[in-house]
Amino acid sequence: MSESNTPTAPAVQVNMANLRGGIEYASQWTLMWLRFKKHKVALVSMYIVLALYLMAVFAEFLAPFDPEVALRNEGDYKAKAYHPPQGIHLFDTTGGGISFSPYVEVLKEKVDPESLKKIYVADAEKKIPVSFFVHGFEYKFLGLFKTDIHFFGPKKHGEVFYLFGSDRNGRDMFSRVIYGGRFTLSLGLIGVLLSVVFGIFLGGISGYYGGRIDWVVQRLVEFIISLPTIPIWLAMAAALPKEWPPQYQYMAVTVIISLIGWTQLARVVRGRLLSMRGDVFVVAAQLDGCSEGRVIFRHMLPSLASHIIAAVTLSIPLMVVAETSLSFLGLGLQPPAISWGVLLKEAQNIRSIAVAPWLFIPGGAVVIAVLALNFMGDGLRDAADPYSH
Amino acid sequence: MVDNVNTSSNDIILDVRNLKTYFGTGEKAVRAVDDVSFQMQRGKTLCIVGESGSGKTVAARSILQIVDPPGRIMGGQMLYNATGEPGCSTIDLATLHPRGKEIRGIRGHDIAMIFQEPMTSLSPIHTIGNQICESILLHQNVDKAEARARAIELLRRVEIPNPGVAIDKYTFEYSGGMRQRAMIAMALACNPKILIADEPTTALDVTTQAEILALIKELQLSYGMAVLFITHDMGVVAEIADEIGVMLNGKMLEFGPSEQIFYSSQNEYTGRLIDSVRKLETSARRARKSTVSDRKLLEVRGVSKIYPGRKTFLGGSKAAAPFKALDNVSIDLYEGENLGIVGESGSGKTTLGNCLIRVLSLTDGEVLYRMGDGQIVDLAKSSKKELRGVHREVRMVFQDPFASLNPRMTIGQIVGEPLLVNGIAKGNELRNRVADLLAIVGMPPAAMERYPHAFSGGQRQRIGIARALALNPRLIIADEATSALDVTLRSQILDLLLDLQDKLNLSFILISHDIGVIRYFCDRVAVMYKGQIVETGLADKICGAPEHPYTKALISAVPGTHPRDKRIVNRHRYTIDGKAA
Amino acid sequence: MLSYILRRLLSAIPFLFMVSLTVFVLIQLPPGDFVDSWAAAQSASGEVVDMATMIDMRHRYGLDQNILVQYFHWIVGIMQGDFGYSFEWNSPVSALIGERMNLTLILSVGTLFLTWGLALPIGIYTAVRRYSIGDYFFTFIGFIGLAVPHFLIALVLMYLSVKYWALDVTGLFSSEYATAPWSWGRVQDLLNHLWIPMIILGLGSTASLIRIMRANLIDQLYMPYVVTARAKGLSEVRLLLKYPVRIALNPFVSTIGMILPQLVSGAVIMSIVLNLPTAGPLLYQSLLSQDIYLSGAFLLLLSMMTVVGTLISDILLVILDPRIRLEQ
Repeated sequence: MSESNTPTAPAVQVNMANLRGGIEYASQWTLMWLRFKKHKVALVSMYIVLALYLMAVFAEFLAPFDPEVALRNEGDYKAKAYHPPQGIHLFDTTGGGISFSPYVEVLKEKVDPESLKKIYVADAEKKIPVSFFVHGFEYKFLGLFKTDIHFFGPKKHGEVFYLFGSDRNGRDMFSRVIYGGRFTLSLGLIGVLLSVVFGIFLGGISGYYGGRIDWVVQRLVEFIISLPTIPIWLAMAAALPKEWPPQYQYMAVTVIISLIGWTQLARVVRGRLLSMRGDVFVVAAQLDGCSEGRVIFRHMLPSLASHIIAAVTLSIPLMVVAETSLSFLGLGLQPPAISWGVLLKEAQNIRSIAVAPWLFIPGGAVVIAVLALNFMGDGLRDAADPYSH
Repeated sequence: MVDNVNTSSNDIILDVRNLKTYFGTGEKAVRAVDDVSFQMQRGKTLCIVGESGSGKTVAARSILQIVDPPGRIMGGQMLYNATGEPGCSTIDLATLHPRGKEIRGIRGHDIAMIFQEPMTSLSPIHTIGNQICESILLHQNVDKAEARARAIELLRRVEIPNPGVAIDKYTFEYSGGMRQRAMIAMALACNPKILIADEPTTALDVTTQAEILALIKELQLSYGMAVLFITHDMGVVAEIADEIGVMLNGKMLEFGPSEQIFYSSQNEYTGRLIDSVRKLETSARRARKSTVSDRKLLEVRGVSKIYPGRKTFLGGSKAAAPFKALDNVSIDLYEGENLGIVGESGSGKTTLGNCLIRVLSLTDGEVLYRMGDGQIVDLAKSSKKELRGVHREVRMVFQDPFASLNPRMTIGQIVGEPLLVNGIAKGNELRNRVADLLAIVGMPPAAMERYPHAFSGGQRQRIGIARALALNPRLIIADEATSALDVTLRSQILDLLLDLQDKLNLSFILISHDIGVIRYFCDRVAVMYKGQIVETGLADKICGAPEHPYTKALISAVPGTHPRDKRIVNRHRYTIDGKAA
Repeated sequence: MLSYILRRLLSAIPFLFMVSLTVFVLIQLPPGDFVDSWAAAQSASGEVVDMATMIDMRHRYGLDQNILVQYFHWIVGIMQGDFGYSFEWNSPVSALIGERMNLTLILSVGTLFLTWGLALPIGIYTAVRRYSIGDYFFTFIGFIGLAVPHFLIALVLMYLSVKYWALDVTGLFSSEYATAPWSWGRVQDLLNHLWIPMIILGLGSTASLIRIMRANLIDQLYMPYVVTARAKGLSEVRLLLKYPVRIALNPFVSTIGMILPQLVSGAVIMSIVLNLPTAGPLLYQSLLSQDIYLSGAFLLLLSMMTVVGTLISDILLVILDPRIRLEQ
């Protein structure tokens, strides 16, 4: 066609007015977000997940006390084991009027005259004032610079309170749960990333090439899926040398969990690729002259990406539960590493949880994280294909 | 045939008055059926015609109160009078409770229904016999053996071969036409007074459609049923209707005797519906100046495509047999010519199209293409690199305008993709070229920034054509390019293609099942049947005076648009070894 | 169909072979062998084991042979019913695992039936009464069941039972029946104890099965064949049960293959917490002490259970679904 006399068909009526609030210009991600937003539970869950991961990143800043140290108030000669949780009172009314000055009531240790058990009773006389941005233990902020500022803590350095109670050694459970989140949640994320690499690689070649490769990979996936995961994990984890430093254990546990976790992702990727291979727009791209790489990365991957993100989100909770279970049995991470599973190990003993039910709190954290990730993943999965309907 | 000027009220079996069926409530309610009235007469056929979304299906389902929630009947009357004899009381179906015993006694017994998709409308895991017997056992006081005997008789009545065996088969073991016959048998199980048929032939091939229409007509006469036939196809309406109702956006635009609607309708919309069908009974191609030269552009020689049988792992007992999709196909295309390839589903026409452009590899034969520079290339043996060159000159327009555009790319990216990957234009120049291309197909340049979901089917098809034009092609293969569009849009797209041909020196291969589209657009036609070309000839000749018996059957099965000339009744039936094809 | 079942059975053989190989590799994974850990344990308690004794022990147990030879001996022995010898318990493995595997099987399969029995009606209810209060209630319970790991449910239940109900949830038998031979009384005693572990174990899988059934059924409820059946005049309840529920049952059956590995896994970890006389605690202990033939036997049998479960679900599906049956 020569440029000078480009023929032009009579223009069809296309309503170019912005009737649907710009939805015509909305890309895949915008449409996904619009659909995801409608799912209120998923949206709230997403904020919870964000908050949990922020907590994991800024654990040192958020934790008022060093999770490794048995805490002692000045004057006490030993740490308070199994100290019950204390609530923060936001307003001080003792002075007559109401003023905003958060404090924690001190509990005094006593021996119950009847049962001869150690109990804690409130001591209204003594208060520990709480404040924001206080000085505490020293740490490296994001590994960048040394500081001792914490988000909140006792106004007076050296005073102690236990929001979630204390453990057997008198360590602050609140700080430990925050630190534990760092291990557990990051392990979930890294485990999933490893799974994604396995899953996309194997599912990808399986789905794109088909045939014999597909057959072999599919049998492998079926085989792994039909195995009972926990006994296999246990056997693998039991093979880890106990004397390994925490970071080795951490990597090893991550690899062990993702060795089995990749199968679901591989299935998703393969299924999508197989159905997409025959999609007309993919054939069109091939006929347009696109190279194989461009067909995969420019035309197929974008629609795959949303499904992968949803599948990944739904895999993280599985990883979290796996880590927690293994560490709980003493076959995953080992103390002094702190993860939610390691913390729950403390609750293994029926006598300790009868005395200190707050040892369950890390379990609550697990449940919240798993629920939020599941809801968010569900929402993402529903939004993953915004062009359906 | 039209003698209902003085119908006594006794002849009216169903009187629908001011029917309102809404989806949802309040201000936001969608008025799917909005104040619709019509009457059905004993033993006569009423066709309700309309495009998708007109409310015709909802109206039909409202009669039996089987509208899916949140649809609800909000008002009106549906007076049903079973026999018309004195003493036979009239029931207002609208007042019955949708889950109640009374309406259930009428469903399947007095008023039966058949549906569009016989595959999904029958349960996949119950035998045909089970599903037919269910109706009989439900409404008649007979035992299982008697019900089974009646079911076999019904299957025989709808001309299913070997009914004693067929009764124990599952739906997926039936062909599309057989399934619809089984469905009809099921509907007839209790000698209903009214048969509601909701697009029963839309999913079928045209020859099968003719068979089913003839069967319904014949059964109607022998059972004395009234038939309510829902369809979008004016051709079908012309063949079978005694009375016609035209629906649009939930309203009944027009209601009257068939001939009155077809020959003296005053309604503008009805006129447009009829015209768009009649237009496809002419040839637009012949009306234009011929562009056909005597130089061959494409020579197809003895092309075969065989799908190898599948051997199951560990040697399964029923490995799939090899399937010959194309069997020694030879055909030529001249420069500037429009070649039509027509055939029914499974004829191999789409496989042929895909083989010609090498989306599929060939088992045997050669496809000789003369490039723009005069060089002749055998596409069957081309290397990838060679093919890339060919694919610049030979382009494709696809059937489904929704699936063929990547929903995640903007129109600008989609249309510009071939220019970009072939290194022809980028940046601002690319934008200008895309804007030009969009202008050629009548789309504004502002469309570039938008995503496919912003456009309707017809607009998307224009975008697909713009993409095909991007590389200044010489040959365009259009595979059912208009089938997914409403009938009023079809001729628009075909006209656009013909305009482009006049100006851009193009040749076309149009693959279609629709004789009308082929006749309108093509110079020459090849008729395909079971992987072979059975007849080739000029379009007028094939559509007017075909020679091969299959072509005769195919052409005569196409419904006309003249109620006074009912063609299907006098159609030619193509048989092999005495069995209907 | 028979030939399909036969072929499916045959195709399980390479799977079982792979299982045995995997298990053998797993139990060989830890650095050192049983003799090392035994020697370490001995020296910890003050006794010194000399090299000669260790070499002698290795020779006696065939630990000094090529690993393939060891595998061969192991697998041939198992085929003859000999699972090897437990170094730690000084007893043949088969004598240690018999009852524990039986109880694991009873617990897992019992829970499977319980799970199905609960999930089927609840799934139907939540699908038909979508967005009702009941639906939300079960969805909520379901999510809790999905989110709380088995061991945590077990722990919480243990805590509650000790603190408030004065109930002993650990173990599967009362003390008088714990080591008694099987009798009618012992069966009753087992049933009395079994329901708590079954509930703990079944909560998560019931939840996921309800969601599967609900989703499947909702897909089916608006299929055209349902409209056809309704147009015949069928009553809503009969229609529901005969068509959509029946068809949604097919994918439901195939969930055995998915649920059984979960149940077996869950049973292991829960049994460790509740100290049930099933495979879990002994497997755990044998893994820690590298008692490889014992842990190998458990791993092999547990994996075989799930592989066979998958096999059964495949065969059931073929029997239920004519589309698959007739294609084979």
